[in-house]
Amino acid sequence: MSELISAEAKSWIGRSGEPQRVEINRTDIIKYSIATEQRQAKYLQGDEAPPMFMFGALRPLVPMSELGPDGISVDKFLPELPLKRVMAGGTEMKFHRTIHPGDVLRATRSLSDIIEKQGSTGPLIFVVYDLRVETEAGELVMEERQTRILR
Amino acid sequence: MSDINISALAVGEALPERSHTATNVSLFLYNAIIWNPHRIHYDETYTTQVEKHPGVVIDGPLQGDWLNQVVLNWMGDNGTLTSFNYSNRRASYLGETLTSGGAITAIDKQAGTVDLEIFIKNEKGDVITPGTAQVRYS
Repeated sequence: MSELISAEAKSWIGRSGEPQRVEINRTDIIKYSIATEQRQAKYLQGDEAPPMFMFGALRPLVPMSELGPDGISVDKFLPELPLKRVMAGGTEMKFHRTIHPGDVLRATRSLSDIIEKQGSTGPLIFVVYDLRVETEAGELVMEERQTRILR
Repeated sequence: MSDINISALAVGEALPERSHTATNVSLFLYNAIIWNPHRIHYDETYTTQVEKHPGVVIDGPLQGDWLNQVVLNWMGDNGTLTSFNYSNRRASYLGETLTSGGAITAIDKQAGTVDLEIFIKNEKGDVITPGTAQVRYS
């Protein structure tokens, strides 16, 4: 096993990215709630963020020069692996506290695992990321485990 | 919304279904607020000719949010969403109408928790985005 995953790639397991600081504001919650067709007043008025709001709030903010012709920026938090086609795997989320305008949150992403598997159409590599979102005081807000499948 | 009485729930009970039809405008607004410049969500020529999709792609996480709302809009004011899992199994394209829904799979009255299985189906009835969730009542 692990013929596809180099020792260099394996050494990435356990690494964490720079914590990202996010200020939550009402206008962004309202825009997100309109775009996702929320039905509840607390979301549409921006009093509380819908649970999936953080997905958008944590997307990378990079200069235009770092966007490729497809519009995507290169994810630097991925080691060199021999399989290149990325598919979305599963997302598992745990919610500990609701999010409101004025909250200042800190998000940290870690690369938790890289696993080689044999799929029906050939080898697959599963890359597992864990995201942890806390308040500035260290109170846990949410946890997310995201799996990306490379083939 | 009002409160849900956990004692009155039964395993197998269905959650209300809802249909979602994305438009160019709704996809533009969604990708703008999540700051996603990937052209497959707004540039049809690029999407079909370069990335070879049959049409403009409906974002997987947008379907995730619609799935999440099945729970939020059902669970009542006294419910708290504690966990939510989903995966995008198959792509969906602009012009399709998707249906969200779900059902109760387990009830633990002692712990005050309700487990749900939730889904997004395409027009053929295939589940393209399955998920699970747990709601806690105190």
